[in-house]
Amino acid sequence: MSKIGVFVCHCGTNISSVVDVYKVAEAAAQMPGVSYAAEYKYMCSEPGQQMILDAIKEHGLNRIVIAACSPRMHETTFRKMLKKSKINEYLLEIANIREQDAWVHPPGEEATEKAIDLVRMAVAKVAKNEPLKSSLIPITKKALVVGGGIAGIQAALDIADAGHEVVLLEREPSIGGRMVMLDKTFPTLDCSACISTPKMVDVSAHPNIKLLTYAEVAAVKGYIGNFTVTIRQKAKYVNQDICTGCGICEDKCPKKVTSEFNKGLSDRPAIYKLFPQAVPAKPVIDRETCLMLQNGKCGICAKVCPVEGCIDYEAKDVEYDEDFGAVILATGYKLVDWGGMYDEYGAGRYPDVIDGLTFERLVNASGPTEGHIQRPSDGKEPKTVVIVKCVGSRDPKKGKPYCSRACCMYAAKHAHQILDKIHGARVFIFYIDVRTPGKNYEEFYDQTRKDGAVYVRGRVSRIYSDGEGLVCQGEDTLLNKQVRVKADLVVLETAMEPNEGAGELTGLFGASRDVNGWIQEAHPKLRPVETQVGGVFLAGACQGPKDIPDTVAQASAAAAKVIGLLNQDEMETSPMIAAIDESKCSGCGACEPICPYRAITLETIRSREGRFTNAERVIAKVNAGLCQGCGACTVACRTGAIDLLGFRNAQILTEVDALWQ
Amino acid sequence: MAIDKTAGTAPGAMIGLSADGTEASAPKILAFCCNWCTYTGADLAGLNRMKYPANVRVVRVPCSGRVNPQFILRAFQKGADGVMVCGCHPGDCHYATGNYFTRRRFMLMRNLLEFNGIDPKRFHARWISGSEAAKFRDTIAEVAAQVSALGPNTRYREER
Amino acid sequence: MIRYAYFPGCASESTALSTTLANNFVFGRIGIDLVEIKDWNCCGATSAHTLSEPLGLALPARSLAWAEKNLPELDVVTGCASCYARLKLTNYRVRQDESARYMVEKIIEAPYEAKREVYNFLDILSPADVRGRIEEQIVRRFKNLKAACYYGCLNIRPAEVTGAKDRENPQAMDELARLTGAEPVDWGFKTECCGAAHQNDAAFETRPLARRILENARACGADVILTACPMCQLNLEMRQAEYARKRKDEKRGKASFPLLDVVLPPPEKETIPVLSITELLALSMGAGSGRLRLDVHHVPVSGVLSKGFRDENESEVMI
Repeated sequence: MSKIGVFVCHCGTNISSVVDVYKVAEAAAQMPGVSYAAEYKYMCSEPGQQMILDAIKEHGLNRIVIAACSPRMHETTFRKMLKKSKINEYLLEIANIREQDAWVHPPGEEATEKAIDLVRMAVAKVAKNEPLKSSLIPITKKALVVGGGIAGIQAALDIADAGHEVVLLEREPSIGGRMVMLDKTFPTLDCSACISTPKMVDVSAHPNIKLLTYAEVAAVKGYIGNFTVTIRQKAKYVNQDICTGCGICEDKCPKKVTSEFNKGLSDRPAIYKLFPQAVPAKPVIDRETCLMLQNGKCGICAKVCPVEGCIDYEAKDVEYDEDFGAVILATGYKLVDWGGMYDEYGAGRYPDVIDGLTFERLVNASGPTEGHIQRPSDGKEPKTVVIVKCVGSRDPKKGKPYCSRACCMYAAKHAHQILDKIHGARVFIFYIDVRTPGKNYEEFYDQTRKDGAVYVRGRVSRIYSDGEGLVCQGEDTLLNKQVRVKADLVVLETAMEPNEGAGELTGLFGASRDVNGWIQEAHPKLRPVETQVGGVFLAGACQGPKDIPDTVAQASAAAAKVIGLLNQDEMETSPMIAAIDESKCSGCGACEPICPYRAITLETIRSREGRFTNAERVIAKVNAGLCQGCGACTVACRTGAIDLLGFRNAQILTEVDALWQ
Repeated sequence: MAIDKTAGTAPGAMIGLSADGTEASAPKILAFCCNWCTYTGADLAGLNRMKYPANVRVVRVPCSGRVNPQFILRAFQKGADGVMVCGCHPGDCHYATGNYFTRRRFMLMRNLLEFNGIDPKRFHARWISGSEAAKFRDTIAEVAAQVSALGPNTRYREER
Repeated sequence: MIRYAYFPGCASESTALSTTLANNFVFGRIGIDLVEIKDWNCCGATSAHTLSEPLGLALPARSLAWAEKNLPELDVVTGCASCYARLKLTNYRVRQDESARYMVEKIIEAPYEAKREVYNFLDILSPADVRGRIEEQIVRRFKNLKAACYYGCLNIRPAEVTGAKDRENPQAMDELARLTGAEPVDWGFKTECCGAAHQNDAAFETRPLARRILENARACGADVILTACPMCQLNLEMRQAEYARKRKDEKRGKASFPLLDVVLPPPEKETIPVLSITELLALSMGAGSGRLRLDVHHVPVSGVLSKGFRDENESEVMI
């Protein structure tokens, strides 16, 4: 038997000057289930709250309706108040008679009538409210960072410095990502390796960081605070504990394959470190190309290795589970395969048409040419270089619709480097727009133009060979003329796209991706480093094209979120989540795909069904840690087995009914 | 509290008020508003002291995707003259995808209502964000005007 | 016997006379029967569709509707890229858009449902079995003949309509040319517009288009340009003398086309013969140059013929 108390607030004169609060209280007293109604000047004030608490005691009330301002304003205030009483804090409803009544209507009958309706709806609903209890979930105090580029490195260091354990997982044999491939970074032109390799060493030396290279995420279970991640450690075939990193094996390996790190400009052995400053500084054997592992004939590395038992051809991939409380995805980007998109640029038939990252290796002091810009076809120094921007970016027809953000700046940097290193060089940059929104970016671009780079506004429509060299043909849209430039080297500043395998990985964690495959942030402005999935955060270019400063800033932001989470021992969850009436659930699974949080799973249970005492059937289960309480599943449920606590079907229907009583 | 002097009365805002002498026929409109966008927008309309017809009653739901078609049917059965389902703009849903379900259901719901002899003009789905107080005001005024023009919904009103 | 409904196009009996003779020779040899669409009319290229969409669709539709009614089991083929583009687009629009079909049917006063496909010669010569038949008919193969295969824009574009997969570097003609012993060169202007449609009304803009095609073919070492369209064919041939004059002017310091200062130097050689792919096939199948009326070409084709043929018996055959 519900004994409902209704408390009507004057809100000074905010409400009472428009709504006849006395009449509302009188009407409320007559409503079914209501055993007490009162009005007061300021319900939210100390005496107001005391008045409610007194009335609860005096009249034995067991449910409360407060007609006052918006629940978005004071619902938590009154819930806290109820904690002082015997009443569960969820046996409370607020009738919004200020923002949605007194403030939007003129004084008079109608406003009062509406207030009474709103109170009636609240009274009807509260009668069907049930006590709810928020639950506490424990938090595993360890973070997983997936991806060892600069984003992952920064995030891991920040979390580790705050005193939490971190596992940094990288699928390549070394951390460092794209940044270590670069030569210099804009706009300051400091050497990329000089600023990133110390951070890599910090990672390997940090007591709170466990570094896993050549490893992948195989499976993910659990939810915020309680993830269980299956990690697949690929076999390195080199015992990392005893290897001294002397490098003799790399020198002696007879098998040479194209170096991915040098973008095909040089070769590497089958037993290799990704690059000389790799962390960890120990080689792995690439099993796809190793002669010993492929056909059992070679074994030279084992023979020349000075450490006995270090090379182990019998090593196997290992899979194991590890628990984490939070995850940061930092899977980064790759450049688009422009050959498949832009046949008019030769589709890879011309060796002297290269992408920006290849140019970085070409101009890099530790690259295959030791920093001398030599064109790939014949090793000659190019005199005229054409740089084409937005190749694949801002091109919805053939490439990606978005702007890749960093290209304008690194195109300017490339131009600067060419003009700096090659005496008498000429650089033509074809562009759509020049976008330089960053600190000191515009100044850098300006300087590049002063250095002599010629900016031509227009797209290159075709790159062809005239029998002697390459010709770039395009339109100068400012002159409204076709132009042709004979080039010794063409650098295409190609679009960024999500890294290989990022989609599958995002899927494993249940996060979603946008139309272009970038990982979707929870809110584009206000929750930029969180995913839709609680406890899974993101950093760097996996969320969208970014330059290094933005990537590092986002990595630290994600780390701050993780530290905040891991600093708690337990987490309180909202009790207003979906609940399943197992007796009604038919296990049809219609709710499962609707849930944006993958909180619903189908499970097989054993129960008593009629004369079968141990019948097996499938039902849906809601994971309280994952459910955010949107209620989408309730509409999909055919049997009405799923309901949303706090907003049950019966509660909403009774509100509707109350309007026409 | 700041009062927005620019917040005026929307055209048609006075429709349904008793002043015109037809108080008996003032329509009642039920609006299911999602907690994160439209309900917040409605609160903001109050904060800005915007004026709109008093015949709308808001039911707060966590998400427009929570609105079961059953709720809408029940409202019409009880005699609601108009029903609105309001949520975040597509792509802005607090729960990522809820309003896409709403959008799809809305199309089907209109057909169902038509089949049942209820003018689909009585049923509206609108996207109103937490900052669009003026849009909330204008939408209520517009729907109220449309629904008043249709007269009372007596199709399924239970005789008592 | 493979049969097609054939839309000859206006050029077939005038400027493309030698190509038509070669077509008849080649298709006769390989057993493809072209059934001419009776009372066919101009497809409207290239002015009709720019002036009036209904006219642009109705002109081709009239001929296609006749074929659909009287040769219902045959797909349509045409030897001209302009005609191909108009016929194909009409088919495409009528299939895509009910209202376009209604409009077209009203204008031509006949039903037209675009039931059959429209092809160009490259399409019908490319399937493996047809290539096999061509190979059987080849009696002599060219020696040291480098060919720049020029597809033209309208055989390929717009790709949504034509369904062409390889838009920038198509291979169909290259493969046919290889059958004749010619070596296709890798060059940059396979599908670039030659500007044929606007040579008269927009000469200043379009003259450089054909010129750069010719010059790039030359620069890439081609002895001959092969075409699959009588319009391209005519345009590429007719302007060569003019370009030669222009180059002379430029050498004397009178710039003709405004370009950046880093332009290509004009190639030294003055002219390059242009043949249609079927002419090359016909020559390789044994047709004589007199029979094919190769003398009607604006640019002498002697350069191609003088290359001679390979002979399996070691002795070279001259025509």
